[in-house]
Amino acid sequence: MRLEPKPAPSLALTLLFPIAAIVATLLITSLLVLAAGASPLSVFYLVAKGAAGSQFALLETLTRATPLIFTGLAVAVAFRAKLWNIGAEAQLYVGGIVTVVLGTGALPLPSVILIPVIMLAAMLAGGLLLLGPAVLKTRFGVDEVVTTLLLNFIVLLFVSMLLEGVLKDPMGLGWPQSQKVIAEAQLPRIIQGKRLHYGFVIAIVSAIVVWVIMKKTVLGYEMRAVGHNPEGARFVGIPVNRVLMKTALLSGGLAALAGFSEVSGLKGNLTLDLSPGYGYSGIVVAMLAMLNPLGVIASAIFVAGIFVGADAMSRTAKVPSYIADVMVATSLLTMVVAILLTRFKVRWR
Amino acid sequence: MAASTVLRLSGITKRFGPLVANDAISFELERGEVIALLGENGAGKTTLMNILFGHYVADEGTVEAFGKPLPPGDPRAALDAGIGMVHQHFTLADNMTVLENIALGTQSLWRARLDRSAARQRIAQLSTDFGLAVDPAATVSTLSVGERQRVEILKALYRDARVLILDEPTAVLTPAETDALFRTLKLLVAKGLSIIFISHKLNEVMAVSDRVLVLRSGRLAGERETKSTDRKQLAALMVGQEVKPAEVSQVQVGAPLLMLDRVSTARHNGAGLDEVSLTLSAGEITGLAGVSGNGQAALAALIAGTRRPTGGRISVAGHAVGDWSPRAALGHGIARIPEDRHAVATIGDMSVTENVIAERYGSTRFSRMGFLDWKAARAFAEEIIADYDVKCPSPEARIRLLSGGNMQKLILGRALDPEPAVILASQPTRGLDVGAVAYVHRMLLAARERGAAVLLISEDLEEILALSDRIVVMSKGRLSPPSARGERTIRELGELMAGHGGEGQAA
Amino acid sequence: MDALEILFTASFWVAAIRIASPLIFATMGELICERAGVLNLGIEGIMTAGAFAGWFTVYAGGDLWTGVLVAALAGAMFGLLHATLTVPLGLSQHVVGIGVTLLATSLTYFTYRLALPEVTSPPKIEPFQPLPIPGLSKNPVVGEALFTQTPLTYLAFLTVAVVAWVLYRTPVGLAVRAAGENPSAVEAQGISVTGIRIGAVMVGSALMAIGGAFLTMSAFNSFFFEMINGRGWICIALVVFGSWRPGKALVGAILFAAFDAYQVRLQQMSGGIVPYQVFLMMPYALSILALILVARRATYPKALMIPYQKGER
Repeated sequence: MRLEPKPAPSLALTLLFPIAAIVATLLITSLLVLAAGASPLSVFYLVAKGAAGSQFALLETLTRATPLIFTGLAVAVAFRAKLWNIGAEAQLYVGGIVTVVLGTGALPLPSVILIPVIMLAAMLAGGLLLLGPAVLKTRFGVDEVVTTLLLNFIVLLFVSMLLEGVLKDPMGLGWPQSQKVIAEAQLPRIIQGKRLHYGFVIAIVSAIVVWVIMKKTVLGYEMRAVGHNPEGARFVGIPVNRVLMKTALLSGGLAALAGFSEVSGLKGNLTLDLSPGYGYSGIVVAMLAMLNPLGVIASAIFVAGIFVGADAMSRTAKVPSYIADVMVATSLLTMVVAILLTRFKVRWR
Repeated sequence: MAASTVLRLSGITKRFGPLVANDAISFELERGEVIALLGENGAGKTTLMNILFGHYVADEGTVEAFGKPLPPGDPRAALDAGIGMVHQHFTLADNMTVLENIALGTQSLWRARLDRSAARQRIAQLSTDFGLAVDPAATVSTLSVGERQRVEILKALYRDARVLILDEPTAVLTPAETDALFRTLKLLVAKGLSIIFISHKLNEVMAVSDRVLVLRSGRLAGERETKSTDRKQLAALMVGQEVKPAEVSQVQVGAPLLMLDRVSTARHNGAGLDEVSLTLSAGEITGLAGVSGNGQAALAALIAGTRRPTGGRISVAGHAVGDWSPRAALGHGIARIPEDRHAVATIGDMSVTENVIAERYGSTRFSRMGFLDWKAARAFAEEIIADYDVKCPSPEARIRLLSGGNMQKLILGRALDPEPAVILASQPTRGLDVGAVAYVHRMLLAARERGAAVLLISEDLEEILALSDRIVVMSKGRLSPPSARGERTIRELGELMAGHGGEGQAA
Repeated sequence: MDALEILFTASFWVAAIRIASPLIFATMGELICERAGVLNLGIEGIMTAGAFAGWFTVYAGGDLWTGVLVAALAGAMFGLLHATLTVPLGLSQHVVGIGVTLLATSLTYFTYRLALPEVTSPPKIEPFQPLPIPGLSKNPVVGEALFTQTPLTYLAFLTVAVVAWVLYRTPVGLAVRAAGENPSAVEAQGISVTGIRIGAVMVGSALMAIGGAFLTMSAFNSFFFEMINGRGWICIALVVFGSWRPGKALVGAILFAAFDAYQVRLQQMSGGIVPYQVFLMMPYALSILALILVARRATYPKALMIPYQKGER
């Protein structure tokens, strides 16, 4: 078997591949549904209904998609430059920490100033957290996959330490949780009485900004060049290490915004279950979008829909809601195969 | 099939997409015979041998070894049939010993223990029989290039090879090592082996073969008894036309533009530089000859800016340079044509447009306030495509999909468009067809006429002799004194390449 | 007790060896994969799957060794998935590895919930019991530490010896090492690089899964979510730390486990002045530190993470 490069496929065909990957995923996971003694069609119908069958369901899906857009963007940006950031989870929590540190009354500022200040500080902190592994990669040749993964565990323990120590809410009845952020630090809801908040809008704007950076700017060009061929990039005079540092700051910063948006827009405070693995799901979101920042919006909504829909489905059907995680993981693997097929022709001899 | 025929290829055809690498090739190899497979880079020699050895599967045609058909696509079957291959790039695991490399795959994989003593005895026996001295316990990474090649030959002999294929075996050898290799080949033939010797060097082909097969653009262009032919005839067959040397006009040598003053570097793909001094002057092509791995890569990387000197001084147009980097080199007007088109010069998965602006995207021509001007970039790409006669579907095409010659034209365009003062051309014609080679040569000569200083690094001595106003030879990281056009004979240059004589420094 | 005295007690070393055992299995598994040229980031998920598969087999009525075998088979299957995508298809080993971890983990949780829908706390099994080796286990400290362990720990040490023997003394080991260094050397000698790499990843993944199963069948007696807790990632660091050599990696795993056992005891002694999370962070921080220390002079298998196509050089 050989792989031969082929010309770039048309846009229509490019859009077809994620769809093919999703169909393959549904076929594979329907085996599990059958194993659970349920009918795949009715289960997938229930998932779809739970994700988008009502205004409530749809808003819930968009709410869940918000942090995924941020982490998906973080991963898309990093992977484009082949900086393997698997630490979006940790960067998200760092963003959450900064939000409660600055947002619980330490800075008595009006909303229009306080929220941007918190966002910038959170981005900086998240960026710096990824800068460590990036420096270790460029200076010492330490693989960033392992360091970012290990940092996820360290940061979560650090959060736990803070929540039982300096950030502990005195009124929290002993639960490890922080105080609520003050009203000025909260992102308003988009529709009164519903959970969807302005974090979603910030996420959409971020995706557009990242798209512009990747397509139109010198930095985006440099990042893509470094990702495709670091040796070639160095030869033509691109400052590879500096580009990787900038990538790390941007990627870590985007992931930290997920933490900010969850605390400021939804939860109000920091807890140890702020993220049910949004950092890891961000990898799937980014890959499903083929690392395209605008595609991240769609794939984040899709992945969020699976999670929200599976929760709803598992309440009626006897299929565990973990089917959602299986579907998401399977779609990552089917998607990388699909991407391969867009770039290469498989010859069997 | 005569009883003495060991190998027969019939109608071998192999296509890679639209490219026909081998077109209905047929020939036979007799016992005790040395066939030279002569052809330019890209003529299809290596593809043909890869089919014979089972790395590739032919689209059409069959291979017979010792009267039995050889199943396609199975290196194991080729090995078992007694066909051994010494690849151009050695297929040795550097972290293992000579013995381990030779024994690899010769004993059943599922034995509980590798039988080392049997292997050691057999290697010792073969070493003495064929005069291939090498220590079986040595780790491959510690061996010289010549020793590694001996290990490759031993690998084949260990498996009782009756047919030995050598793919460009002399490319990495010094003249003395080449002579030793030729003596070994004579010995092998005397013991009844048959040899296919792949080369694009006419003198070697004349020296070593009984019969010459000439390959051109994937077709068998001719077959000659070595006794009854000469270099001129073979050269004409090889390129398909009368070979005209490039026309070199008289140009006044101008001011020194790039000076290296006792510059040393760390090792880089072979030797590093050891206090090298070199001056490149306007209107002059300086040819750098040498056996690969003697510091050419380090010198090219140094001038390109990808390596910093560990000692000595670089000055451009009379001024010592400060911080040294690819950007600094470009900023000083040094154009670079690197050895490796795919891994270094281009970013394969990016478009032609994105590649042609790569060295200058930060200039005001292509970007403003951190934003790229894609319109200007595309216009520039179209300009280069037109001016340098590049065949490509569109400026948006991924550069990976271009042929070697067209890729090299784009790289030339990118490098020469800003009218650079200094041009570094490292193996600029390797792997190109005749037309493209001539084009590259014309471009370099035109730059010289315009007053550029050119450094031409090449392993092809004929290319160096044809183009260079001055020739320097590199050996073990040191440079010989320069000689003017026609001053040294090929023989003298060969001795310098082997590291004899000329310990002095270039002015 | 003094903080230093701990180091001379048998119970400390017994704990250290116990903590080291799953790491030894998984480190050997990763080492085999990487020696063949494949980085296997599926390790964390494969350990999770192994932990569940072994435990559940016993819970469902199988005997302990059957459990180990089932765990190994489950690991090998995930290894086959990983290898199919990364070896013949040459897909990014980073992305596929993370994907396999996510898939193995979620499939495990799904299966657990499917099999035990009602339970609130996971059921217990009768795990492997310590098996003192007569004669040797009576030696003070060293004998006790090494020879009063469960059979699975003895198997871990045996695995190191076998892996070292196979890699350095057998024809197939030669082929594995060559595949990770220069795959064309393997193909030129008539051996399929694809076959060697797929085989190595499957065997390596089986060992990772046994490492996971050690936790549910020897160290503890039940299966919990997130019980692997980063051990897989630590093993990847241990392979680098051990310079891709089984013996050195074994030493690394024991040193690491000793440190881990030590921090638990220090934690008990510190009396809560230092937050316990600081101690829990130490193993992860130590892994990063170890990587930094050795990364500069690490000699990676040259073909690690580089896909190979037939006829390529």
